[in-house]
Amino acid sequence: MRFQSLRHAATLCFVAAFIAAPAAAKTISVKAGTPDANEKLQEALILAEPGDTVELGAGVWKLTDGLSLDVDNVTVRGAGTKDGAGSILDFSGQQGAGEGLLVTSDDVFLTNFAVLNTKGDGIKSKGANRIVYHQLRVEWTAGPKETNGAYGVYPVESSDVLIDSVYVRGASDAGIYVGQSKNIVVRDSIATENVAGIEIENSFDADVHDNIAAKNTGGILVFDLPNLPQQGGHNVRVFENIVSDNSTPNFAPKGNIVASVPTGTGVLVMANRNVEIFGNVFDQNGTANVMIVGYRYDHKDPNYQPLPKGIVVRGNQHGKAGYAPAFEGGAEIAAAMGGAIPPVLWDGAGDAVVLDEVGVLSLNLPDVKTSRDQAKPAPVTLKGTPPAALPEIKLPASMEAKVQ
Amino acid sequence: MKPVVAALAAALLFASGAGGVAPPAVDQALIDGDTMPPKLSAFGLFAGNDPARPVASFIYTLNTPLFSDYAAKHRFVSIPAGKKAEVADDGTIAFPVGTVIVKSFGWPDQNGGRPVETRLLIHRAKGWVALPYIWDADGRDASLAIAGRRVPVNFESPGGGAHRIQYGVPNKNQCKECHSRAGAIVPIGPKARNLVLPATMSADAKRRWFDRPEALKPAMPRWDDPASGSLQDRARAYLDVNCAHCHNPEGSASNSGLFLRWTDPVNVNYGIGKRPTAAGRGSGGMDFAIAPGEPDRSFLIYRLESTDPGIAMPELGRSTVHKEGAALLRQWIAEMPKASH
Repeated sequence: MRFQSLRHAATLCFVAAFIAAPAAAKTISVKAGTPDANEKLQEALILAEPGDTVELGAGVWKLTDGLSLDVDNVTVRGAGTKDGAGSILDFSGQQGAGEGLLVTSDDVFLTNFAVLNTKGDGIKSKGANRIVYHQLRVEWTAGPKETNGAYGVYPVESSDVLIDSVYVRGASDAGIYVGQSKNIVVRDSIATENVAGIEIENSFDADVHDNIAAKNTGGILVFDLPNLPQQGGHNVRVFENIVSDNSTPNFAPKGNIVASVPTGTGVLVMANRNVEIFGNVFDQNGTANVMIVGYRYDHKDPNYQPLPKGIVVRGNQHGKAGYAPAFEGGAEIAAAMGGAIPPVLWDGAGDAVVLDEVGVLSLNLPDVKTSRDQAKPAPVTLKGTPPAALPEIKLPASMEAKVQ
Repeated sequence: MKPVVAALAAALLFASGAGGVAPPAVDQALIDGDTMPPKLSAFGLFAGNDPARPVASFIYTLNTPLFSDYAAKHRFVSIPAGKKAEVADDGTIAFPVGTVIVKSFGWPDQNGGRPVETRLLIHRAKGWVALPYIWDADGRDASLAIAGRRVPVNFESPGGGAHRIQYGVPNKNQCKECHSRAGAIVPIGPKARNLVLPATMSADAKRRWFDRPEALKPAMPRWDDPASGSLQDRARAYLDVNCAHCHNPEGSASNSGLFLRWTDPVNVNYGIGKRPTAAGRGSGGMDFAIAPGEPDRSFLIYRLESTDPGIAMPELGRSTVHKEGAALLRQWIAEMPKASH
């Protein structure tokens, strides 16, 4: 649809508001490459009504300002994610806004386009329930650089989140980051050359499966941090992922929590309770395939629980690991142990069950207030009876239907 | 733009309906309706569509205003006849349906002093609606720009220094990003603690538009007037007005856990010793939003002094650094005892 005039479009809104049934869903097509493409696309995202699809034409969109969508039940669909044929939203010349695309409405479906080189985050959704990220590419095309934006895809404070078949590269914090949310599935996605590939933070009930997390600093992170509106992260399953060669030197701006992630980390659990790590294929993670730690920074939050509790590691395949432990004192420990530390590393805080037939190294620091230089590294056996298995995450049928 | 006093005089003149000519009136049906007129003149909010002649219930200023690239702002409110704004005990002002809050932005060196844009916040039956209008080149009318626009603006800041910026007129959604509470649009400027009515406004006029005019006591100091409050109170006023519309538990930055309202305690959730949450390179390599005694190690300052969209705070509405505001916050942080966190 072309906009005849704003008054016409406004009249449509007016009519829609006064009839009981919603107006027939329509498709608003917007072309790339026009001088006013930024404004036209933003206009379409504002004038869309529930049920509508905003269709992004093929080509490169040179965008100077962040886009935003605040209408429920809108689909944003591009022509693909590949250079040359897809719908490429290029933010290299971005002058404003903290992200490329911001979604603040419910039941939104984002599919088949690419977001490149945003100054801040790539795509953020906040308070956007039942959002579906599908077949998207978010990339900083120069590869790992501290000046890249923080998060690639960034749903926060949302219930029911699906990230499916998304590719993210170059984020200076986390490629796929889900924060302070509930009921989450991240699957069939690729995160590469980010500081953190995939991060689930201060969130409840998440399945992270069938992803590839490779060549990041750390592959998959499950974190809980203090002083935030939602904390007490729990019930996260990380399974059947390929987590390999996470060897990119940490390029996060200092101060951010991921700046502390050692290069060569596969899966890292910090604080949280009831996290299951199973059926993954690990290889070439120089620090550890799986690391389980407490939150060891000062904080003044009486409601915060800094320990990892009820962490289960079972049925994973372990390739080479622990040959370049990139934490203080790691090299000395590796040398003392014949050149490598075991694939599973625990700081000794909280509790975990490790059923995989590999070694576990404990730093024996059960109190998170104890300084790391007090570590007494020693192999440990964490065989035991794990807590009852967590249930599979079920998303509303309306979400699954979108990606069928 | 004409001085505020002249605009006020014009408003009072129109309110009195002098000379037997019907006073200009706003198009209340249009305001109450559901459309987004493409031209600002349709609302009848300015007599002769002259921005210096608002058809106002009252004009107002704020003790401490939001910084918007050194723009001069002119604000007024139109309330339907016979209705009143209600002042709650917590200082929020509930404007009746049919109210329009009007804010015009301009620079003396730009457009011959006429405004560049006028933003409307309209209280309709279904809630508040935010509409940005950009003044046409001939200055006669302004056109709806729901998708926002970058407008080249040249001006000289008060401390000297020429600026050539691409001023960002916010789009309709961006209006909401700041004017958002729990997902709904709300006014953010006019609160009892910050609202200043003209000294010449009569008690009768105040009673006509407010149920409890006596509750309008601006408790917040003027950020730039040391005689009006302590350094900390002026810093807190500045943070409330420039940051807290997002940085509150129901605002766009709720997930940050950084809450900067006038009423918030000055503790870790106010930034003191608070580590970055989702700051990315906004941390500038620093550990804390506010490191007491050390403004150069406080990334709150780093973000205020940046114009890079991946770093700058606020995220919207600013293409220049507010040097004087940043200086106030620097001084406030510098004077905090170092050991307090």
